[in-house]
Amino acid sequence: MEYTRIEKGDGTGQVFNLADYDLTRATFSWAEAHKAIDGLPDRKLNIAHEAIDRHVAAGHGSQIALRWVAKSGARTDFTYQNLQDRTNRFANVLRSRGINRGDKVYSLLGRVPELYIAALGTLKAGAVFCPLFSAFGPEPIHSRMEIGGANAVITSSRLYKRKLKGLRDRLPELREVFLIDADEEGTTQLNSLMDAAPNTFVTEPMDPEDTALLHFTSGTTGKPKGVVHVHEAVVAHHTTGRFALDLRPGDVYWCTADPGWVTGTSYGIIAPLTNRVTMIVDEAEFDVNRWYDMLEREAVNVWYTAPTAIRMLMKAGKEAAQSREFKALRFMASVGEPLNPEAVVWGNETFGMPFHDNWWQTETGGIMIANYASMDVKPGSMGKPMPGIEAGIVELTEDGAKELTEPLAKGELALRPGWPSMMRGYLHEQARYEKCFSNGWYLSGDLAMRDSDGYFWFVGRGNDLIKSAGHLIGPFEVESALMEHDAVAEVGVIGVPDETAGEMVKAYVALKPGHTPSDDLMLDLMGHARKRLGPAVAPKEIVFRENLPKTRSGKIMRRLLKARELGLPEGDISTLESDEK
Amino acid sequence: MSDQDIASAVGEELYRIAPDIDLEDIVRDADLQEEFDIDSMDFLNLVTALGKRFQIDMPEADYDEMRSFDALVEYISDKTA
Repeated sequence: MEYTRIEKGDGTGQVFNLADYDLTRATFSWAEAHKAIDGLPDRKLNIAHEAIDRHVAAGHGSQIALRWVAKSGARTDFTYQNLQDRTNRFANVLRSRGINRGDKVYSLLGRVPELYIAALGTLKAGAVFCPLFSAFGPEPIHSRMEIGGANAVITSSRLYKRKLKGLRDRLPELREVFLIDADEEGTTQLNSLMDAAPNTFVTEPMDPEDTALLHFTSGTTGKPKGVVHVHEAVVAHHTTGRFALDLRPGDVYWCTADPGWVTGTSYGIIAPLTNRVTMIVDEAEFDVNRWYDMLEREAVNVWYTAPTAIRMLMKAGKEAAQSREFKALRFMASVGEPLNPEAVVWGNETFGMPFHDNWWQTETGGIMIANYASMDVKPGSMGKPMPGIEAGIVELTEDGAKELTEPLAKGELALRPGWPSMMRGYLHEQARYEKCFSNGWYLSGDLAMRDSDGYFWFVGRGNDLIKSAGHLIGPFEVESALMEHDAVAEVGVIGVPDETAGEMVKAYVALKPGHTPSDDLMLDLMGHARKRLGPAVAPKEIVFRENLPKTRSGKIMRRLLKARELGLPEGDISTLESDEK
Repeated sequence: MSDQDIASAVGEELYRIAPDIDLEDIVRDADLQEEFDIDSMDFLNLVTALGKRFQIDMPEADYDEMRSFDALVEYISDKTA
């Protein structure tokens, strides 16, 4: 069905960072955008300087930078001055333990203040920061630490004992394990070192092209890819935070994403701080009442969340929201997967403003296509390209990518590379990186179309990746873990539609001779997968088959499993050699 | 139904969602999601299964009364009393 366009009026009496989309787009240049950051002498820069030090130097040290709400509900405030002090100490701790420029510092933590301090302190020291999601199990943690060559990790004793301790002899480059809360053999207690460390530090002046961040993303085949981002990316973080999220100095801003994923770093640490807002960080997981309390009590101005959470709020009903007053709320945005039009409209009816969907990827480092505060929203559309970003719909021909300019033509969503937060490579995987480009386009892997007004619409994914609760999951990683089980002969993993999470991971398993399907075996496989992969990646459903559909070369046809699951046409099955039973 | 019966039923449903965790190894009054290493989706599935099993309504608005194993048992006990 068609949804009514949500009109924004002529903007009278309102001031937006991006007041006129067409005008800004026509006059924008990245060189000009660069002037909004301070940089360091001799054309050097450092993300952490833009996020913290320059604000303190400009006299904003007493403004709250981070308000942390613990699971218990207790709040702890960190001013920009506090954050400077702590990140300086952390950088000094790294130095004192022999962690230097270019070394890789990982975090494996829930949303606790130490995570934010470690991220920025690591950048100050010129080391590379790589956040891991704390709901990963040992296998995803191991592959990401091995590929990235982790030299140090900061974690809690609980996560260490459960997930990391058993991996240490398989991580030869890991020199230092910092624990935030206790002492364990072979680890370093962080707190006492922090207390003893000097609170001054000369932030490393970095080359714009020096690596700052490493984020992992899943592939359809093979191991996860380590996406490399550089210090120069801060120009895009800052600009997109201003334009797409309408962040203004002094705003109270809540990004609900975990820094274990790229959104929680680009827009949960960097962009808010460079724009000098007060960030709300909630340690707890989603909860309807808690979230509404947070929006109301903390007087949140700008809220950046995800479709799964929005759909859970919708399920709880409008009444839960309407008994409250969100007087401070000015702008709401969503990312992670396409936001269904019902949810955009629900936002408008419930909060008096729509959710503004936007689109980007780990590889793009920042928001690429967005709905802006000043621009009409077409519910279900991801919006229009950011100023400074050229997006197109392409088809892949024998001669490479060719742009389709006809309105509503479906093809692959592609971008012209060159913005500051574009990935600079997949770590140690040049060939995989080069495969992302054709005829001067970066190919996103998503299928989309553009309407005659220039709005982009998501159509589907061009690959087998699964998007569950906004998190990208590679089927190969799940299949590999299940294949390790003695009873398993072959596995196919797909995403099946789920009302709340978008997609849910489902595994089809064929057993080796001598094993028979049973409820006990299913639970055993489930436990096996969860132990290795953790709850964020492990399948939520496992079913048995006698045989899985395969090509002549023995490759399991996930596409066919999915078509059958959804009752869709099976498409071209000429390569099918051995069918599902 | 006794609290013990409820506890073993909750244990059974948890086992179907997180079979990798032994009920003996967890702290029963600590954060359920953390103790069982379950995410929000798992929690939703758990609550749905328990609601069905005990034939009770377990609305989202009550979720903060179900944050530990013990709290969950107590909640169901109150609802079925």
